Amino acid sequence: MNLAIIVLIVLFSISSFFFARTKVKKIAISNQTKLNALPDYYGFYLSLWCALPALLILIVWTIFEPSIIKAFIFQGISGENAQTYNNSELNLIYQQIKSFHFGYFTGTITEEIIRGAESYKSFLSIAQGSKIVLLATIIIFTTLYALKKILNNNKAREDVEKIFKGLLFVCSLVAILTTIGIIFALLFESIKFFSVINIFDFLFGTSWSPQRAFVRDASTITAEEYADLKNAFGTVPLFAGTAFIALIAMIVAVPIGLFSGIYMAEYANTKVRKYSKPIIEILAGIPTVVYGFFAALTVGPFFREIGEKFGLEVSSESALAAGLVMGVMIIPYISSLSDDVINAVPQSLRDGSYAIGATKSETIKRVVFPAALPGIVGSVLLAVSRAIGETMIVVMAAGLAANLTLNPLESTTTITTQIVMILVGDQEFDSPKTQSAFALGLTLFFATLVLNYIALRVVKKYREKYE
Amino acid sequence: MNKDQLLKKRYRAEKRFKFYGLVSITLAILFVIFLVNVIFSKGRTAFQRTTIAVEVNFNTEELELSSNASIEEIQDADFYDLSINSLLKLYKTEGAKQEKELLRVFSPDHDIEIKNFLIKNLDNLNKNVIVNLTTSDDIDQLHKGNYPRHLPEERRRISDFQLLIYDQLVKENKVNKVFNTFFFTNGDSRNPELAGIGGSLFGSFFTIIITLILSFPIAIFASIYLEEFAPKNRITDFIEININNLAAVPSIVFGLLGLGILLGTFDLPRSTPLVAGITLSLMTLPRIIIPCRASLKAVPPSIREGALAVGASKVQSVMHHVVPLSIPGTLSGTIIGLAQALGETAPLILIGMVAFVVDIPATPIDPSASLPVQVYLWSEQAERGFVEKTSATIMVLLSFLIVMNFIAVYLRQKFEKKWS
Repeated sequence: MNLAIIVLIVLFSISSFFFARTKVKKIAISNQTKLNALPDYYGFYLSLWCALPALLILIVWTIFEPSIIKAFIFQGISGENAQTYNNSELNLIYQQIKSFHFGYFTGTITEEIIRGAESYKSFLSIAQGSKIVLLATIIIFTTLYALKKILNNNKAREDVEKIFKGLLFVCSLVAILTTIGIIFALLFESIKFFSVINIFDFLFGTSWSPQRAFVRDASTITAEEYADLKNAFGTVPLFAGTAFIALIAMIVAVPIGLFSGIYMAEYANTKVRKYSKPIIEILAGIPTVVYGFFAALTVGPFFREIGEKFGLEVSSESALAAGLVMGVMIIPYISSLSDDVINAVPQSLRDGSYAIGATKSETIKRVVFPAALPGIVGSVLLAVSRAIGETMIVVMAAGLAANLTLNPLESTTTITTQIVMILVGDQEFDSPKTQSAFALGLTLFFATLVLNYIALRVVKKYREKYE
Repeated sequence: MNKDQLLKKRYRAEKRFKFYGLVSITLAILFVIFLVNVIFSKGRTAFQRTTIAVEVNFNTEELELSSNASIEEIQDADFYDLSINSLLKLYKTEGAKQEKELLRVFSPDHDIEIKNFLIKNLDNLNKNVIVNLTTSDDIDQLHKGNYPRHLPEERRRISDFQLLIYDQLVKENKVNKVFNTFFFTNGDSRNPELAGIGGSLFGSFFTIIITLILSFPIAIFASIYLEEFAPKNRITDFIEININNLAAVPSIVFGLLGLGILLGTFDLPRSTPLVAGITLSLMTLPRIIIPCRASLKAVPPSIREGALAVGASKVQSVMHHVVPLSIPGTLSGTIIGLAQALGETAPLILIGMVAFVVDIPATPIDPSASLPVQVYLWSEQAERGFVEKTSATIMVLLSFLIVMNFIAVYLRQKFEKKWS
């Protein structure tokens, strides 16, 4: 339905473009006046006025329609029944009514649901009708307004450019809106979570087992139950696991990435560079789910077999396998960034070093590397932030149980794994378990934000130094 | 240590250092080769399907059909008994247990396969025809050599009797390999031999189209604004910081955004390409804006000044001259951003795309999977047949990514103007 309306509006606005253009030309010829802008701009002016306000109203309407209908339905349910429902029960009934209306309801059909579906249908048609009437009036008024302006020979180009610049500005605001959306989504659920669980118990508790948390009504928790809950949501094992796997990844990625970056920047001739750089960058283009599959299917079992040969007990979901594969994934980020950074070091520094008799490797170790160090540190920090935010590899190859261990052969779990495990499949709304995933997301978001911010500042400062 | 020795030591250090670099690059390249090799060697066999030639007598009386039945009539007919009878004629069985084992050599949907064969070849009514029927996953894997047959019986999924049947059929030349069209046309299934990526291909297609429609115009407009029109002030700085940070936010956070805002607040339908597309476009937006800005920046100021000098307005100079020149770079940046979005899994899992969907989605608001999510789903399955299916899905996904990246590189090299 909305699609049809949008198509109609767009068609109307396109035709109004041609209408305005010819109209203005005719008037200019018949009145022997000079137009203030090219005829096209009058066309743009009319079609923009025709489409933009209507589309804007349509978007706002579409966003708010479901929640308004929902409120009406809620009123209907609570109004006609003597018994009172709490919020989640109302939500459930609303979902049932909706699915009944669309014809994929499975379950016992009650009188209430049938009546609800009827009123849902009538609300929908009322909303539909009033939407079309509203949009039609708006289009008529705005078109008439713009037409009058055009006929008065306004400065169409300036007006069109103003609207256009406004449109550009609004588009660039989407980034800010996304950030606000992320913070809002994470904070909203996290605040609910932290009203049940103390934030310090969350951050410093050492036992994580959210499947034990089945308390639904947060207001009636006794001290005893809280002690139990506290033990379900201690995130220290998750932080430790995340940091541990990221550390293993860094141990793999930093030396390999750094040495390949140095080799590519300082030693490789153009031919080697031309072929090896894109091949290494393939590693960055492979989807992480592929690495996850690779880690779970090949690397994990391989380590377990080797371990068996030496009489070691290696978990097939070991931190080592996940970290190693993650390290491979991160190599290109470090190598290409450090390659860039090393290339940015001025040649004069190298020439000075060669002039006093240093070999190439001495120059690199003692002159180029220290000069490039801030940039390299920045690139490593970016890589760390990528490692702790990486999801699929650890979901598929690392374990689920929250062990507080430093043995790379045992299985550990990470923040991202737990978020996925909690939110995959059916969730109960308003339970601390579901909310804890958002709290974890919030911590992850802030951790990566801080790392990225520092890294970008360091890299930027470094660039400015040599430019 | 005299001078010569010192010099030799320094030269050795030099060689060592160079060697480390070479080893690192070789290691990285070896990883690529190893990874691709593992995937390809495991996934290759999924493009073939094992079938067994079975003689079927399409007797209209037995099927309770009229002698020149229409397609609709055949659709409604029950082929189960006919199918069972034809299969049991293949090998002599004694007792219900052996009968059951013989039937389990075949995929459970054998009656539907026979029906579809008849619908495609209507003139075979009342004839004895050889039909190639899909084998079960275990026989399929055995025939492809992925299944060890020398284990003791209790550790095998195939019984000794089934092995006997299989060997006999191989001797009679009845076991064939055909190109596995099921893999591309079928939706998901619990039986590996019937499971296909048809549904997830469509899911991925819808998702990427929605991502493209939403992110491409917004990204271009935003980068034109920031590069050409934005005044140097706090708001502009704030927008830029936001974009740079968003580009590095982990993808799973965008999944939480989709779950909390799109599904929670706006009540959009779960598990659908629509929500996936919106989530992914928010994620790709900053990743497209950054290369778009770079390609706008690469257009030399002389172009803008030339346009302004002959009386164009600022908007005209940008839209008529700068933007057209930046299009190759912009497009290639967009394609690379979309390729990343195509391989993204974590946010899609959070918005519920992991549901088991058999039907192929017809619109973006039908529940569906996507290619990377299908990889994740199948990799969790225990059956041996899903390993090759997963690898083959990865091969399909990777070939899409390779094509997209090649187009991006081609666009940039062919059409981008070098300013010097």
